[in-house]
Amino acid sequence: MSNLFNIDIVNPEQSFLSKDNVFEVVIPAVEGEIGILKDHIPIISFLKPGIIRVFSESEEQSFYVEDGIVEFKDNTLSVLTSSIFDLKDADKNFVSESISSAEAELSKDNIDDQKRFLLNHKVEVLKSISIN
Amino acid sequence: MPSLDDLRKRITSVKSTQKITKAMKMVAAAKLRKAQENAEKGRPYSEKMNNVILNLSKSITDKENAPKLLVGTGEEKVHLCIVLTADRGLCGGFNTNIIKKAKSYFEKIISENKTLKIITVGSKGYDQLKRQYKSYIVENISFKESKNINYFDADKVGKIIIEKFEKNEFDVCAIFYNKFKNVITQIPQEQQIVPLNEDKDDKDVSGNDNDYEFEPDEDEILSNLLPKNISTQIFKAMLENSASEQGSRMTAMDNATRNAGELVDRLTIEYNRSRQAAITKELIEIISGAESL
Repeated sequence: MSNLFNIDIVNPEQSFLSKDNVFEVVIPAVEGEIGILKDHIPIISFLKPGIIRVFSESEEQSFYVEDGIVEFKDNTLSVLTSSIFDLKDADKNFVSESISSAEAELSKDNIDDQKRFLLNHKVEVLKSISIN
Repeated sequence: MPSLDDLRKRITSVKSTQKITKAMKMVAAAKLRKAQENAEKGRPYSEKMNNVILNLSKSITDKENAPKLLVGTGEEKVHLCIVLTADRGLCGGFNTNIIKKAKSYFEKIISENKTLKIITVGSKGYDQLKRQYKSYIVENISFKESKNINYFDADKVGKIIIEKFEKNEFDVCAIFYNKFKNVITQIPQEQQIVPLNEDKDDKDVSGNDNDYEFEPDEDEILSNLLPKNISTQIFKAMLENSASEQGSRMTAMDNATRNAGELVDRLTIEYNRSRQAAITKELIEIISGAESL
């Protein structure tokens, strides 16, 4: 029996990625990374800034996401996100811009702890991207 | 009776107008295809979003403490209306239809003694509404600068709505836009987004056995998801609107081109007739002049 399942990543403008031969997906859920394999129980969660890793038979792909919702049901993983890009075509300028805008946001006083945590996390992830 | 020269001038001017409308029609047709494609591409996102929210709201048992964006504030005194229109004119009844729909809703609200607040998106809507409803318009947003419809713009509108909701500035929020059916038909729509109207006809029958695992819990996911849903609905409306606008413009310009053609034909006949009349008149003059000799 195959151990493959489907993944659909959609953003508001279009369907970003659609594959039916992945065997593992690692998503940066808000309470920690989740690895999803076939026949995972139905789950709904949302994302924090991080890297989605999609392992299919032939290749491994990584995407940076800022936020989004994931739903897994009937062996289909749907990821709804408004900001996503493939790490392979990450734009250096865009990344560094995002870092500086997040840092600017961090330096404000009026943000709550949760937001601070998310922003810190975002900066961390983005920096790790720009090093590679 | 206009002189020959006048007629000639009119024919030229109608012809050049026809050229313009024809060009506009072609441009609209090209843009329409793109807008339609975009609308189709954007559909999966809003559909999935709806599904997830449907599943979530089903599993919420404690309706009392559910997020207010979903169930409402419990009152419906202040209505916020988002009127989405185009930034450009010359697109037939497109803008007027939305405004008409919105106006009838406004009248209902006012006659029920409720408070009305209006946000217009797109400059044409503002132009048409400001005369009558100026005091109700709280904000006027226009995305003239952005070439394409993008989610970023929709999100801006969404954020304004959320901000107002959190400040308790309204209880019910509805958006007005044109739904694209086909090139000839666009249906003005009124859609309530706060509180969220649950679809009565549950399509997702198979989903009744949903034993979802939620991480974190339902409430938190919902309160994270609902603001996004608002932006998504706005975005969907904007996409539908842009397809409708181009469709409507295309039809309007096609009609204009045809009318101009008819006008040119009529004017040409009139021109030829009066030219012929002038020639006949001259001939008669010559002949009668010769006879009298």
